[in-house]
Amino acid sequence: MIIRLIERTAVLLVSLVVSSVLVFAFMAVLPGDPARVALGVNASDEAVAELRRQFGLGRPLPTQYFDWLGGLLRGDFGTSYVSKAEIGPQVFDRFQVTLWLVLAGMVIALVVAAPAGTVMAARHRKVSGLALSAISQLGVAVPAFLAGILLIMLFAVKLGWLPANGWTPPAQDPGMFVRQLILPALSLGLVQGAVLTRYVRSAVLDVLREDYLRTARAKGLRPFPALWRHGIRNAAVPVVTVLGLQLATLLIGAVVVERVFVIPGLGSLLLDGVSNRDLLLVQDVVMVLVVAVLVVNFLVDLLYVALDPRLRVGSR
Amino acid sequence: MSVVADVNVRTSDVLTVRGLTVTVRDKTLVSDVDLSVGPGERVGLIGESGSGKSLTALSVLGLLPEDVTASGSVRLTGVDHELIGADERRMSRVRGRRLAMVFQEPMTALNPTMRIGDQIAEAMLIHGTRPGRGAARAAAVELLERVQLPPDTLRAYPHQLSGGQRQRVVLALALANDPALLICDEPTTALDVTVQALVLDLIVKGVVARAAALLFITHDLAVVATVCERVLVMYGGRVVESGPVGEVFTRPRHRYTEGLLAASDLETTQRRLTTIPGNVPPAGQFPSGCVFRTRCRHATEVCATTPPWTGSETTGFACHHPAEAVDD
Repeated sequence: MIIRLIERTAVLLVSLVVSSVLVFAFMAVLPGDPARVALGVNASDEAVAELRRQFGLGRPLPTQYFDWLGGLLRGDFGTSYVSKAEIGPQVFDRFQVTLWLVLAGMVIALVVAAPAGTVMAARHRKVSGLALSAISQLGVAVPAFLAGILLIMLFAVKLGWLPANGWTPPAQDPGMFVRQLILPALSLGLVQGAVLTRYVRSAVLDVLREDYLRTARAKGLRPFPALWRHGIRNAAVPVVTVLGLQLATLLIGAVVVERVFVIPGLGSLLLDGVSNRDLLLVQDVVMVLVVAVLVVNFLVDLLYVALDPRLRVGSR
Repeated sequence: MSVVADVNVRTSDVLTVRGLTVTVRDKTLVSDVDLSVGPGERVGLIGESGSGKSLTALSVLGLLPEDVTASGSVRLTGVDHELIGADERRMSRVRGRRLAMVFQEPMTALNPTMRIGDQIAEAMLIHGTRPGRGAARAAAVELLERVQLPPDTLRAYPHQLSGGQRQRVVLALALANDPALLICDEPTTALDVTVQALVLDLIVKGVVARAAALLFITHDLAVVATVCERVLVMYGGRVVESGPVGEVFTRPRHRYTEGLLAASDLETTQRRLTTIPGNVPPAGQFPSGCVFRTRCRHATEVCATTPPWTGSETTGFACHHPAEAVDD
């Protein structure tokens, strides 16, 4: 188990280093001088030279890379070439917003997928199972932004139950925070939930065919308690894998959903950075997203160990 | 076989199966099986794969796959209702309590994410046969001891045990509630020969200690000879012959039993074993009349009609051209 932990940690560290190099290299090979890009085509050569000097853009790339990486490790995300503002505090604020959104989306996805997928598997030959299958198929086909627009039309415009957009920090007004979170979280979560449902279904179907479930029935457990006591933990392993991978999709989805619901999250910061040609800001935000995905997948690996004793306890 | 011809129906039987027929869609996999197991009796059910042995066992337990249906009658001593067609609520009270089963494949029969102790204790806690978790755990230690596994097996996970050890765990949890009938479906087929003898011995000791009846399914004649007192021979979803092990194995009457014994005769002086010509037909495609007639050297036109059962329910056969009876 300890070997596995060391191994996974090593994999995480290597992935972090490699991805930081890639993110930096990708921004570095973009055509054009970052200072020129930031200032626009009409800027004077003197202004561009001044900006290059100010941000040390003339230095060799490895020096710039280690400077950037060292800053990130200290929590210093650098200064925007465009707004001249500190990037760190912005990223931190926006990250919290996106974190809420993604977490709420994930919870909704799980709350939808776990029971729906289980029922679909348990009743895969009955009408109720097939009906749920059809609904989830439909859910998979709907992109998150479209779900968002449809939800706004129904719950905000037509019924007027919830605000159509906006964001309030939880500390400021918890009630409003929740009301504004519901629709964007639903549009993220329902679509992911539909995808996840398919995985839960196949995981539970696999478990239902297992011999140990028949043993559980032979002991005198009824079908559902047998599945609950002996199946869920076993079915959770593949589902958790997908959940980790889905987080990346959720972050991408958040970029779009934040646009639709006018939420000041990391996604809208990224889009702002792109449209303002604020290269360092884009580079930082992308790096933060990459780190988030890698860390979550590291945690998923640890979760396997908790779920499956075969990875934890060696043979005797 | 027909019940009418049976003159000595035993009333005290632990298990009584009458006219059991198992079908999947339009195919009949088991036809009209009658079978009884007396108190403390050890009965073997032998036949090749596809003969319907396992389906018979699963019908008794009510754990047939979804699209497979059973009809007929299955009664168990101490249970006041018919087992065929009983709802889950009633069947779940019988399974693991009055009736327990050991399956063929020990490697996958236990939940890989649950400790052995919890899996054994659960068998007792489901039926409330022990007052609480502590008592069930203590009982689990004792059950493990009886199958010659050390007490620290309680804390182990299945993957830490060998196939033979796992099968002993499955046996321990099957016997946890002192069932009236234990069904074993090829319990040693997946095990090493050296481990087989130990597991067979523990099965017999386990049922004898509880005065439980045993229905033992296997294709291995030698195993039946060691474990069982009486044997039923199945072929093509029908019982073709039954009787005391010594009698059936030394003086078979049905031509299939005869072939089966010749094919597995370990004391043969010939270099090659005699085989039964042809193959077992695919499930549900057995001939009408005598199911064995397409592979039988003695078959004639009369074999196109279903052979009647000759003898009593416990000792008899269904064959138009039986091997000659040898008088003692």
